[in-house]
Amino acid sequence: MAVSGIFFVLYLIAHMVGNLKAFAGETAFDHYAHWLRDIGKPLLPGVWFLWILRFALTVSVVAHIWSATVLALRARAARPVRYAHRPKVQGSYAARTMRWGGVIILLFVIYHLLDLSVGTLNPVGDGSKPYSNVVADFAPERWYVTLFYTLAIVTLGFHLRHGVFSALRSLGQQTPTGERRARAAALAVAILISGGFLVIPFAVLTGLVS
Amino acid sequence: MNLTLRIWRQTGPEDKGRMVSYQVDDVSPDMSFLEMLDVLNERLILAGEDPVAFDHDCREGICGMCGMMINGMAHGPQRGTTACQLHMRQFKDGDTIDIEPWRAQAFPVIKDLVVNRGAFDKIIAAGGYITAPTGSAPEAHATPVAKADADAAFEAAACIGCGACVAACPNGSGMLFTAAKITQLSLMPQGQPERYTRVIGMVDAHDEAGFGGCTNAGECTVACPKGIPLNTIGRLNRDFLTANAKAAGKPGS
Repeated sequence: MAVSGIFFVLYLIAHMVGNLKAFAGETAFDHYAHWLRDIGKPLLPGVWFLWILRFALTVSVVAHIWSATVLALRARAARPVRYAHRPKVQGSYAARTMRWGGVIILLFVIYHLLDLSVGTLNPVGDGSKPYSNVVADFAPERWYVTLFYTLAIVTLGFHLRHGVFSALRSLGQQTPTGERRARAAALAVAILISGGFLVIPFAVLTGLVS
Repeated sequence: MNLTLRIWRQTGPEDKGRMVSYQVDDVSPDMSFLEMLDVLNERLILAGEDPVAFDHDCREGICGMCGMMINGMAHGPQRGTTACQLHMRQFKDGDTIDIEPWRAQAFPVIKDLVVNRGAFDKIIAAGGYITAPTGSAPEAHATPVAKADADAAFEAAACIGCGACVAACPNGSGMLFTAAKITQLSLMPQGQPERYTRVIGMVDAHDEAGFGGCTNAGECTVACPKGIPLNTIGRLNRDFLTANAKAAGKPGS
């Protein structure tokens, strides 16, 4: 759970930094997108790097969901009789929304791949023009797409808020001072990553990126 | 004050159980929660009914026997307080209070609000002790312990094993209890020889008893009447990772 999660966080940071290239204009963004296919050349021919990354991400997704399922099934088995008076959240809201949050994020990732990787759900859907795809995606008349992206990214923020702290704890963070630092780091990662992803759709919506 | 109680009644382990409403009048705000239940039981006995069974012993918050879910909160709404130390002034006249036993596969209900917490004993038996020659007490200054370590160990040793952490955990995990016991021993010089076999044994016993897995949700530490900190679980994790890296428990390792 922790190891695959940390891999996702590193990937998200790289993905977010890449996205922010949109502010550098169409040529720079498209050039960046095409460069992704050439990483590792000539050691890795063609789009090998991208396929290796995709394979590693798929393995991590499977490992992450598998661990989550094991934990969820154990939790269900550990409390066969539910409370009549269900306890309200007393600890962390983010921690109590990890499972449903994860499902929302998974559904979003599937939509996101069909939208901006495969292109079937995108109004432009031209793999050679990623900038146009993004601009068409978050056009004001397609406000519901922006809404769904926002919902998913906020959910991701909550997921990271607990996930990063929990990963550090699982890997042996043990002192009270370290706990404060780990919680602060988790909050910072959550805000920076969700903020970094959200500026793109809103920049398109407000015409800052067009 | 007059209260409506909705209490879980279950005649025995095989019974399905149900919530039953009782009206309790003239409750003094200075009564403890258990004294209020005593009043209810006196009236039930006078009326020829079966009194509500609940665990209790010292009634001063140090034995860990009492414990029940009060309005969905382990030991009730006041933090850092066991049910016996909870006073009725925490409630208002006319309140309806839901009282349920700890809910966990590893803690089967014996009767009404009484559960069998024997699963905790199994975790302790799997390593929650030191194997040392007994005899006369050694000279206290013979084994120096850093003050910070002694304080952290003492904080963990405050665990009374009441089971509130399991009851509050969304995963039904007993990790805070296990971690408190691990921490108190692994911070002390006396706990070092068995440090890494202990953590493997106790976590295995925890899992075998049917507790859920920890997801660091932190509900346990909020419910804990002794304020066992969540970072004890980090200490357990660190020992567990080290133990696995060292292949502890294998002969000759």
